[in-house]
Amino acid sequence: MVTFAATEASSLRVREVRKSFPAPDDPLTRRLALDAVSVSLAPGELVSLVGPSGCGKSTLLRLIAGLDFPDSGELLIGSEPITGPNAERGLVFQDPNLFPWLTVRRNIQAGLVARGVLQENRHEVDEFMRLVGLDGFANAYPHHLSGGMAQRVALARALINHPRVLLLDEPLGALDAFTRMRMQDEVLRLWQARRTTMLLVTHDIDEAIYMSDRILIMTQRPGRIDRMIPIELERPRDRSSGEFLQLRGEILELLHFAGSAVVESRS
Amino acid sequence: MLQKETGPGGGEIVQTWTESAPRNAPPASISASLRTWLPVTAATAICLGIHWAISTTEPPAETRSYFVFLFSVLGISLLLALAQISWPSLRRWMRRMGPIFAAALLIMGGWEIITSGLRWLPLPYFPSPAGVLQSLINDRALLFDSTWHSLILLLGGYALGVIAGLISGICIGWSSPVRYWGMPVLKIVGPIPATAWIPLAMVVSPSAVFSAAALIALAVWFPVTMLTASGISNTRASYLDVARTLGAGRAYLIFRVAIPAAIPSIFIGLFMGLGASFLTLVVAETVGVKSGLGWYVSWAQGWAEYGKVFAALIIMAAFFSTIMTVLFKVRDRVLVWQKGMIRW
Repeated sequence: MVTFAATEASSLRVREVRKSFPAPDDPLTRRLALDAVSVSLAPGELVSLVGPSGCGKSTLLRLIAGLDFPDSGELLIGSEPITGPNAERGLVFQDPNLFPWLTVRRNIQAGLVARGVLQENRHEVDEFMRLVGLDGFANAYPHHLSGGMAQRVALARALINHPRVLLLDEPLGALDAFTRMRMQDEVLRLWQARRTTMLLVTHDIDEAIYMSDRILIMTQRPGRIDRMIPIELERPRDRSSGEFLQLRGEILELLHFAGSAVVESRS
Repeated sequence: MLQKETGPGGGEIVQTWTESAPRNAPPASISASLRTWLPVTAATAICLGIHWAISTTEPPAETRSYFVFLFSVLGISLLLALAQISWPSLRRWMRRMGPIFAAALLIMGGWEIITSGLRWLPLPYFPSPAGVLQSLINDRALLFDSTWHSLILLLGGYALGVIAGLISGICIGWSSPVRYWGMPVLKIVGPIPATAWIPLAMVVSPSAVFSAAALIALAVWFPVTMLTASGISNTRASYLDVARTLGAGRAYLIFRVAIPAAIPSIFIGLFMGLGASFLTLVVAETVGVKSGLGWYVSWAQGWAEYGKVFAALIIMAAFFSTIMTVLFKVRDRVLVWQKGMIRW
C-alpha cells in the first residue's frame, strides 16, 4: 500500500483572492467571479465547497490548480506560492477526461510519463490499478468503460503523482445514485489511506455531509465564502442517522437564508 | 462487450468481436455451399459461353489467352467452393464478395458482346476484353516498368508532402503567431490546383521528374496542413488542462496530447492528399515526365493502341486502390482506440 504522511507542506491557503472575466455580452467590461475569497485547508483535511451554479467554485479550483491566475490575492501550498499547474496539485473533473487514444494502463501512467519518471515508478501503475479496482481492464480503451469505472481511472491517474492536494470538481456529479454512493466510499477510502488534502466541489449536500470535515458555502456570483460548517459526525457516517438528517436540515435552512439556489440546482 | 486483458496491444479485443459474430454458422450443407459460390462459377461459365460464340471473329492469339484466363477463373472458383466447406472465415468472405465478383464477370461478358460481338462501339477505340488482356500480356514489361516509375514518383512526392504538411500543420495549429502569418499563405496558395503550376514548374526545375515530385508534394501538402492544423487547434482544452495538472511540459502537450487528439482529422487530410496526388501524378506524367502510367496512356493513345490504354487504366485502378487500401489499413491500426466509438 502506498502511504503518504500529511505534512505541513500539503496545507492550502487562499487569501483574499479576486478574479474577474470579460463579460460575455460586452467584452469591454469585466465581471467579478470571485470576490475576496479566503480558504484554508489543514494538511490531510477533506473540505467540501457548496454553492449555486456559476458562483465561481470551478474558477476557484482552476486558480488553485494553477490553470488560471487571480487578479489579486494570494494562493499558497505549504509556504510556496502557486505559479502554474503542477503535478503536486491533482485535478479531477466531472467529465473523467481520459485520453481516448490511451488504454486504461497508459492513462493511469500518463502523469509518470509526463514527468519522465515512468522507469523508476512502473510498479506503482499496477498498485494504483488495484487500488481503484481496475486491474482487469489494463488494456481496455476508455470508451469501453462505464461512467464509474472511467472516473476511477481518472482518480488513479491523478493520485499516481502523489499530489499534496487533490482538487475534485464535482467528480461524481454525472454518476447514477448507487454508483455515486459507492464512489463516495471509494474516495473516502483513498483519502483515509493516503491522507491527501482534498477540496471537493459538489452540488450534493448529502455528499458534502457524508464525506467532509468541513463544508464551505459560497454565495451567488460574485462568489464569496459565506459560511463554514464543521461536520463532527463519527466516521463511517450513517446517511440515515438522526444527527445526519438534522444537520442536513440545518444546512438547507442556511442555504435558504443565504439566498442561494443550491437545492434547485441539484438536479 | 468488454474483453478483459485479451492481449498486450489490445488488438486481440477487436479481433474477438469479429470472430464472435453470430452469423458464423456451423459447417454448411452442400446446397448452402453451392449457393455461396455458385454465382461466380455460373458467371464465369456464361463468359466462357459468350467468348466461345464470339471467338471466331477475334484474332487467335487473343482468343487463346482469354480462354486460358477464363478457365483459370473457373478453376479457382471451383477450388474455392471446395475449400470453403471446411474453412468458415473463407466462406464468410466468399458469401460477402461472391455477388460482386459475379457482377464484374458478367459486365466483362456484356462488354465482349457489345464490342467484338455486336460491334456497337467503334474500333479501335473500344477493344474487347480479350484484346485488352492480350495488350496487357504483350506489353507487360513496359507496363511493369511504368507502374514502378509511377510508384516511386508517387511515394516520393506523397512522403515529401505529408512530412511538410504535418510540420506546417502542427506549427499553425499550435502556435498563434505562426497561425497569424501562415494561415493567409495557406488560404491563398493552397486552393490553387497543383497542376496549374506545371508551366511554371517546367521552367524553374532542373528535371521533369523532380518538378513532378514537387507538384505532387504541393498537392498533398495543402489538405494535410489544413486538416492537421484544424485537428491540433481543436484539441479539447480539458485534455490539455488535465495533462498540465499531471505535470506535462510543452513537448508532452504537443506530441502526446494535441497530436494524438488530431490524428482522426490528420487521416482525413492524408486521404484527401492521396486523391490529389493521384491526379497530379497522372497529369504530370502526361505532360512532362517521360515514364510512368500517365505517360504510357498518352503514348499508347498516340499510336492508337487503345487496348494498351485500357490495360494501363486497369493497372492504374489496381495500383491506386491498393495504395488507398494500405492507407485504410494503416488508419485502422493507428485509430484502433476509436473502434466501436464511431462508425467507419
